[in-house]
Amino acid sequence: MDIVKVMAVTGSGSLLFVVFELIRRGRLKERYSLLWLAAGVVLLILSLSRELLEYVARLTGIFYPPSLLFLVAFVFLLLITLHFSAVISGLSEKNKILAQELGLLKQALEDIRNEYKRS
Amino acid sequence: MIKQSMRKILIIIPAYNEEKCLTGVIEDLRSHYPAGDILVVDDGSNDGTASVARGAGARCISLPFNLGIGGAVQTGYRYAVAHEYDIAVQFDGDGQHVAADIEKLLIPLEQGLADIVVGSRFLTAGEYRPSFFRKIGISIFSRVLSSIIDIPMTDTTSGFRAANRRTIQFFSAVYPDDYPEVESLVQLHRASMRIQEVSVRMRDRSEGKSSITPVRSVYYMVKVLLAVIIDLMKKR
Repeated sequence: MDIVKVMAVTGSGSLLFVVFELIRRGRLKERYSLLWLAAGVVLLILSLSRELLEYVARLTGIFYPPSLLFLVAFVFLLLITLHFSAVISGLSEKNKILAQELGLLKQALEDIRNEYKRS
Repeated sequence: MIKQSMRKILIIIPAYNEEKCLTGVIEDLRSHYPAGDILVVDDGSNDGTASVARGAGARCISLPFNLGIGGAVQTGYRYAVAHEYDIAVQFDGDGQHVAADIEKLLIPLEQGLADIVVGSRFLTAGEYRPSFFRKIGISIFSRVLSSIIDIPMTDTTSGFRAANRRTIQFFSAVYPDDYPEVESLVQLHRASMRIQEVSVRMRDRSEGKSSITPVRSVYYMVKVLLAVIIDLMKKR
């Protein structure tokens, strides 16, 4: 086993392990872990089978097969950050609505209190 | 006249750290435009904005943290929907706008000629003299917006506007977060609302400077133009 393979298998294996652990302990929600798991699985498969790695590299015209691993990892990272940006946008919209509703509620409560005092 | 006395008018003042100007603004409104209910939306201020507003006799909604001008104004529109106002007027908390001019904004709304009326500083020559760069920005916005909505708009970034029920309803659901004026007009136009400008006076700010620094003004241009392009591409 060459050193590249050892490093790649250890790396993607640890990634999968950490993601699983975080899910198991409830620190990571399943819906935000799918892309991480997919990245881990794809990288692990490509790292384990040198033949598959070389085959896909040849198909995509990549001269040095292990750099395919970097490409795959990079594409997954792009997807994950893009996904997060979309999630953050949704959260900030919900956050805004919550803040507005809270302000309106406090004002309504104040109105009711004043009316109650007067009567 | 009976109709006039029955309509409910809300004046929305978004305020972020405006304790110094707010008393004057509210007094101006109460003496020159007593028909309107005044609502200050305190956008997470660090100063006494909320207590100054209540002290001056206005209603006040305090947001738990700073949402930015768009989120604050939209809160006012939501309040207008909840309390069934017929007309909502956006009015700045820094003393720029003239309370006596509100009546002018309401004329096209009452005649049923417009769904939103924008108060413009530039329709008639006034004392307002923008800086060189600001002039360029203003002219770009007004050209872009005028070509989209097919009527000339001179003061696209004006925060002095009056909306009827249809527009109040629309804004309570859809309103941009930051630098909202230009984008919201495009959105209204896409929803087939009628926009009209009337000439108003504009005072120098009684306290504080514009929040627009050189870096922010670049962000402002890019953000607004991008938002306008994207709005045009969205499905109706």
